[in-house]
Amino acid sequence: MMAKKWLAVALMTMVMSVFVLAGCGGGKVDNSSGSTGENPGADASLLDTIKSRGKLIVGVKYDTKLFGLKNPANNEVEGFDVDIAKALAKSILGDETKIELKEVTSKTRIPMLDNNEIDMIVATMTVTEERKEQVDFSEVYFKAGQSLLVKKGSAIKGIDDIAKGTKVLAVKGSTSVDNIIEKAPDATVLEFDNYQDAFGALKAGQGDVLTTDNAILYGMVAQDPGYEVVGEPFTDEPYGIAIKKGETELADAVNNELAAMKESGEYNTIYERWIGEAPSE
Amino acid sequence: MDFANAFSSDNLRFIFEGFFMTLKVAFLSIVYSFLLGSVVGIIRYMKVPVLSPILGVLVEVLRNLPLLLIMFFARFALPDIGIQLGPVYAAIVALTLFEGAMISEIVRSGLQSIDKGQIEAARSSGLGYMRTLWHIVLPQGLRRMVPPLVSQFISLLKDTSLAVVISLPELMNQSKIVSGQNQNYVIPILLLAAILYFTVNYALSLVAKRLETKIV
Amino acid sequence: MPDFSILIEYFDFYIEGFVNTIYASILALLGSFLLGTVIAVFRITTVKPLRWLGTVYVEFIRNIPLLLIVYLFYLVLPMLGITLNGFISGTIGLTVYTAAFIAETIRAGIMSVPKGQSEAALSSGLTYVQTMRYVILPQAIKIVIPPLSNQFINLVKNSSVLSVIAGLDLMYFGDRVAGKTYATFDTYIFVAVFYLVLTLPLSYAALILERRLAKHS
Repeated sequence: MMAKKWLAVALMTMVMSVFVLAGCGGGKVDNSSGSTGENPGADASLLDTIKSRGKLIVGVKYDTKLFGLKNPANNEVEGFDVDIAKALAKSILGDETKIELKEVTSKTRIPMLDNNEIDMIVATMTVTEERKEQVDFSEVYFKAGQSLLVKKGSAIKGIDDIAKGTKVLAVKGSTSVDNIIEKAPDATVLEFDNYQDAFGALKAGQGDVLTTDNAILYGMVAQDPGYEVVGEPFTDEPYGIAIKKGETELADAVNNELAAMKESGEYNTIYERWIGEAPSE
Repeated sequence: MDFANAFSSDNLRFIFEGFFMTLKVAFLSIVYSFLLGSVVGIIRYMKVPVLSPILGVLVEVLRNLPLLLIMFFARFALPDIGIQLGPVYAAIVALTLFEGAMISEIVRSGLQSIDKGQIEAARSSGLGYMRTLWHIVLPQGLRRMVPPLVSQFISLLKDTSLAVVISLPELMNQSKIVSGQNQNYVIPILLLAAILYFTVNYALSLVAKRLETKIV
Repeated sequence: MPDFSILIEYFDFYIEGFVNTIYASILALLGSFLLGTVIAVFRITTVKPLRWLGTVYVEFIRNIPLLLIVYLFYLVLPMLGITLNGFISGTIGLTVYTAAFIAETIRAGIMSVPKGQSEAALSSGLTYVQTMRYVILPQAIKIVIPPLSNQFINLVKNSSVLSVIAGLDLMYFGDRVAGKTYATFDTYIFVAVFYLVLTLPLSYAALILERRLAKHS
């Protein structure tokens, strides 16, 4: 019996040490980023890699109407973010079809960028100070603000109506979670993997209100007019294109193209196509 | 509920694409996990020094973690050690490791269930260890393994649905995208998904019953 | 080394999820044991409709994914006017799913009790229910305890699907921590360790139990 007990203890210790070792290895490789993944050499810039590869790989949302939504009718991903990404592919590689889209969620996008799986994130991503420590951002390309979505006729008309016990639905890994906890500390926040799941839960009556950026919420209203956006936006959510830290050449190329698009009016065209009105300012 | 629009040809095509992805990932994972599980199970049955205890620890760890977590690791943590996998391969690797660990235990206990007397008899009649294993132990063990193996394969097929968290466009994921379009689609689409899963798995279990009565 | 400051800083998150995972697993175990026993008895009675019901339940539930069942309780039940939160609908989903497996385990246990015993009990004047309650089930339970303990381990692992429907379990809080730290690997390593703290002793206990019962018989 004693022997068995010792065996169990030994087993547990071994398991723990396996994990500690694995963690150790993980940490080390992390520090020497650039030599892992697809990058051929630490010296080659990501922009050169993209050009020699002849394809821009962009992480976009697949479940966010107006920004990036996979359409079952034609299997295409469509939206504002997708059109911006295509315009970037056109300016970098001369052809907007030289692009590969990969699905990201708020939860998965930074790990995927870290792993060199995507060249950039164009996925309703708010520029924040904490995120700036993880990634570099382009200039702001869209101005959103966090707002609230409720079923039509709901008693909740704005952020002040969120009381103790109000169930607020949000998406894992998004800024909306931190904001709503700050603005309405009494609320019960429930988090989902993606917007599809969160909206599905709202429709099933699993929450009183869904919170995220107003632009995304308008997309949900377009999908189901039984819901409405209420109250004024209560935060500023400037969207930026995220690029791996230190890839300044690529960041410059992106910023130049964004400026050129605004200059030429292409930006306004894309904006109006999806948002339905001209950008303010 | 709106069956007519929920089952529009676009939606059905989209869902069946997911279904084929489920079948593809499940089939490949069944093959790989069976191979991996058999090798590990035999090594552990033979008590190969050094290798056997190491594999034993790995099997215990994998068996005792949620598959959801293993999938997430395969997709987002393996890259930290230089292994980059897209959703399809991450799902296959996770399923192969997890189900392989389960299968290795089935194989090991299947082999261990063979009467020791038979092995001794074979050995004393001059048969070598490997030949005893190959001719005496394996064929009998395999027969006993068929029922648990098939239920493990059915589990695997069901478990592919967990790849929804790593955005694999399989049946569950595609169903959710379609049912998200309209609240009236939720029941018809979930029902369709259930029927598809059920049909494949039930067919598998019928085949298993056949095999069982035939072999034993 | 994984970054232990994550564990320290978010310890409350991990523990809250850990405790909820334990709650969900225990509740689902009790529930599925009761439900599973009832279905097992259905499956072996001579009453045709009950038998049919038991078979349909087991065959249907065993062959569809747990995730689908959980969605059913979380997203579809509200359409019928019953809204249960993520934790409750997830736990009910786990119960319904696991009950199908437990029913089969218990049925096998009951079948392993020699038929002569139930005939003897019936002919000595016991009713069917009494025969089950006092003669068959006590013996069957001894046989089914080892496989049941394996089901419990499966339950703990499967409870991670609660994270998909905001069920506040360990995996859900792991996601929450990862969303704050951006350290995917390190965050989930601790999640894994918490799961192993639960499941490894359980599987070890199951092994001992199995060996002990094998020795006695």
